[in-house]
This record gives sequence, C-alpha cells and structure tokens, in this order.
Amino acid sequence: MAEKYQLKKTEVWDGNMAAAHALRQAQVDVVAAYPITPSTPIVQNYAQFLADGYIDGEFVMVESEHSAMSACVGASAAGGRVATATSSQGYALMVEVLYQASGMRLPIVMTVVNRALASPLNIHGDHSDLYLGRDAGWIHLICNNPQEAYDLTLCAFKIAEDERVRLPVTTNQDGFLVSHTAQVVHPLDDDTAYKFIGDYKPLNPMLDTENPVTYGAQTEEEWHFEHKANQHKAIMDSFPVIEEVFQQFKDLTGREYKTIETYKMDDAEIALIVMGSTYETAMVAVDEARKKGIKVGVVMPRVFRPFPYNQLAEILKNVKAIATLDRSAPMGTTGALYNETAGALMANGQSAILTNYIYGLGGRDTTVEHLLQVIEETQQNAEAGKRVTPLQGFINLRGPKLSFN
Amino acid sequence: MATPKEMLTTWDKIQFGAVLPSFEDPKTKKRSKFHSYNYKVADWRVEKPVFNPDLCINCDFCWVWCPDSCILVEEVTTKRGKKQAKMVGIDYDHCKGCGVCVDVCPTPIKSLLMFPEHTPIEEALAQWPKKEDKKKD
Repeated sequence: MAEKYQLKKTEVWDGNMAAAHALRQAQVDVVAAYPITPSTPIVQNYAQFLADGYIDGEFVMVESEHSAMSACVGASAAGGRVATATSSQGYALMVEVLYQASGMRLPIVMTVVNRALASPLNIHGDHSDLYLGRDAGWIHLICNNPQEAYDLTLCAFKIAEDERVRLPVTTNQDGFLVSHTAQVVHPLDDDTAYKFIGDYKPLNPMLDTENPVTYGAQTEEEWHFEHKANQHKAIMDSFPVIEEVFQQFKDLTGREYKTIETYKMDDAEIALIVMGSTYETAMVAVDEARKKGIKVGVVMPRVFRPFPYNQLAEILKNVKAIATLDRSAPMGTTGALYNETAGALMANGQSAILTNYIYGLGGRDTTVEHLLQVIEETQQNAEAGKRVTPLQGFINLRGPKLSFN
Repeated sequence: MATPKEMLTTWDKIQFGAVLPSFEDPKTKKRSKFHSYNYKVADWRVEKPVFNPDLCINCDFCWVWCPDSCILVEEVTTKRGKKQAKMVGIDYDHCKGCGVCVDVCPTPIKSLLMFPEHTPIEEALAQWPKKEDKKKD
C-alpha cells in the first residue's frame, strides 16, 4: 500500500511538480516515459515518489518517446491506469502512436509541457507540439498556471476514463512559463484527490485471459471509415462529460473551469482569442485598455479538442472585431485559432473583422505592451467597420514589420 | 479477403475501439465471428504442402513448427495406452505455404512435400518419390 504524502494546504509548486503530484495522487499503474525538457521534472518527480514508496505502480524507462507511448498503449490495453509526460521533439516522435491510442480508445493521460519544434532547436515554450497533435483524436486541455496543471490533470483521468468517453487526454502547460515557474497551489489531500478520480475500471483488458481480445486490428476500406466516424462521435460527444467533471471539481474545491474561459466579455466590442499562459497576460492588458475606454475582452478555449465552436460563436455574438493569437507558426496559412474562430462564426451565420497574430515562438516574451498594441489595432478595425490592419501580423519580432494580407 | 456482407455493421454498432473478442461466450469457448479461425487467409499461397500418411511417423515436428497452427491432429491412444497426437492433414484455409513443415519433416522420404497450388492431392501423391531399391550384386 502506498504511503500517504503529507501536503500543506498551500504549496509552492511549479507546473511540473503540480502535474507530478496529480499523477501520484491518481495512483497510476504504469508510467512509461522518456524524459525531455521542459517536462523532465514531471517524470523525475514521479520516479522519486515511486522510489520513496508513495506510489504502487510501475515506472518503465524506455529507449524513446515512440516506445514510451507504445508501452503506455500496451499497459492501457492490458487494463491499467496509465500516464506519461512529454514535450516537443518527444511529442513529435510519439505522434504515430498517439493515433493508435485514441483509435483503440485507451484512456491514457499525458501531461504535456509545450515547447517549440526544431529546427532550429529550441527548448522554450510555444504551441507547435500541441498543434501537431491536434488531429490525433486526443482531448486537449489547456492549463495556464501550476494550479490549473494540478487541477486539470486530476480532471483528465476522470474525463478519459468515463465510460461515455474512453479517450486519451493531454493536459498542456507552457514550457518554463508554467512548468518552471513556482506559484501557490492549493492541492487536495491524497484520499480526497483519489476519491474524486475513483478506481480505474478496465474495459476489454488483455490480461483477462479467460476472454481473449485482439487490439490493433487491421480495417480496410470496408471497415475503417465506420470506426473513425464512431471515434469522432465519441470525442464530439465528450463535452457534457467534460462539463460534468468540471462541475464536480467545482463542488469539491470551489475552483471553476469552463470549456471556454472568458474575461470581461459581457459588454466587449472587441475580443482577443488566445491559449496558454498569455491568457493571463491578456487579462492585465484588457484591464489597462479598459482604463482608456476600449471595450475589450479575452477568450480562451480551455478545451482545444473537442473544439467548442458553437459556444465560441455564442460568446462572440456582439463583437465587432477579433484578434486571434496563435503561438505556433502555421507555415503557409493562418493560425489554427484563426481558422477555428472563422469557422465557428461562419457556421452560425455571424461575422466579425478577424485578424491573426503569431506570437511567442520559441519562448519569445509577449508582454502587456505587445498585447495593448494588438488591442489598439483591433480597435482600429472595429472603428473603421472593415479590416484596416494586415490579416496576419507578428508580435515582438525583430526587424522590418512582417505581415500578410 | 472481403468481409461477408452479413458481417458488415454500421458506424453506430461498430466494435468499440476495433477491439475484437475471440469468444462469443468465454465459458463455452464459442468462437466469435471476429475469431481469425473464421477467416480464409490462404489465397496468396502458390505452393501447398501435401501430406502422405503412409510415410508419417507422427513425430509432431511439423505441428510444433507450423507458424499458423495449420497441422491438423487428432488424439489417439497407442497400443501401450499412451495418448498421442496423430497427424491427419493440413488446414488449407490458413496455411500460407511457407514450407517449414516440409523442412522439418525427418522421415527418410519426406511425408510432407510442396506441390504447385493447382495440383490435385491424388496426383501429388502419385508423383511421390519412391524408395530406391538397393542394388543386389
């Protein structure tokens, strides 16, 4: 039996420590990982907890991230609660197996610390890896600070393992800005946290040798489409479960999470849409701009997949101009948040002046001043009643102004 | 191999996560429709092993070595009351024609030999090599 970890009511943790404690409290059966910066401390702390007797489980050191996720798939199919952590290049190497995990409906939880993708090599935060795994059939939750990294990792297990969902989930936190920045976290005690998640209920476990099953079947043109459609429906239909879990978490802790977070959107005429820790910077920028009389708000999809498009359109109903901020180079088109927002508005017969900004690549700072500039440009569009600023701009980029129309 | 039409289901009734159960009822070991036993998976075979029961010594080497469990055996009791697996034939629905069984067959004249897929069994048996008579001086 695992030892109980004595936690204070208030701890000072960085995002990695917060995620590691959440994994420990979930009493994961198997963690298979290949540590990579900046998510290394999640795996390192977890291994330490295990060595110190705080976890009844297995930690499997593997030879690559492809093997890490493969071992997770095997362990999950065998019938255990399974988790791992990764970033960037490791995430990229895992991608092939991410699709396997979701297709086999294995409720694996992965605590991702977002980091730029090479080349050129960079260890700092941006959303290149998150966007890479966008279509992999995983539910993606976004955490903006260590408290959220802790809370949402607990929620991730409950969402993933719900019999109405049974899909893998990632929790995403910005490399270094969240993962290595110590902040106040209010954890649950071990028993309460475990009780919230509940015991793992295996479904079609391979270790049930009385009833052998085949995982990873081959399906050609006469089967594959039906399987993928069924899987797509499962992730599209996961919203009520996600909302239910968030509600249960609120009842337990008082901390509220929504599928889309908003700040000062009630009377907003212009809006920023942003994901990750920059959401918190944007809140400060919004307060500053409102002092100057600009009616601006900020929106963050807490759940990036499934994407809450109808809900987003509802929030943006009375907005005249919108700036979508993507922390990943879309390489040849507009950013993913721009595309999602445009689609959400069109699908609901709405329109607003929509611009796209690329920011923070490879850990480049995005400050309140930068966001005030974005708000000002968006305000110009709103006042002109048409787009007078470029379609796509770059924030805090050295050199002549780079933009695309 | 194309799936029989009656097996095709719609997206809402599809097997969860493409996870296929071996048995419909684990207690009686009743095979499910997804069990690989129900699929004919030998249509790319170009040469087939033919079994000659007259030469077989029931050593079971082929049964051990066959990668697809295609050596059919039945349980028999020997004169001494010992239970033994007697080789009775080949499962041509699953045999891919790899030839391992022929390779491991230990009898002086092989009791398993590869023949072109289209050769009828009787014809193959008729072509079987004969024991060479020792020359009498």
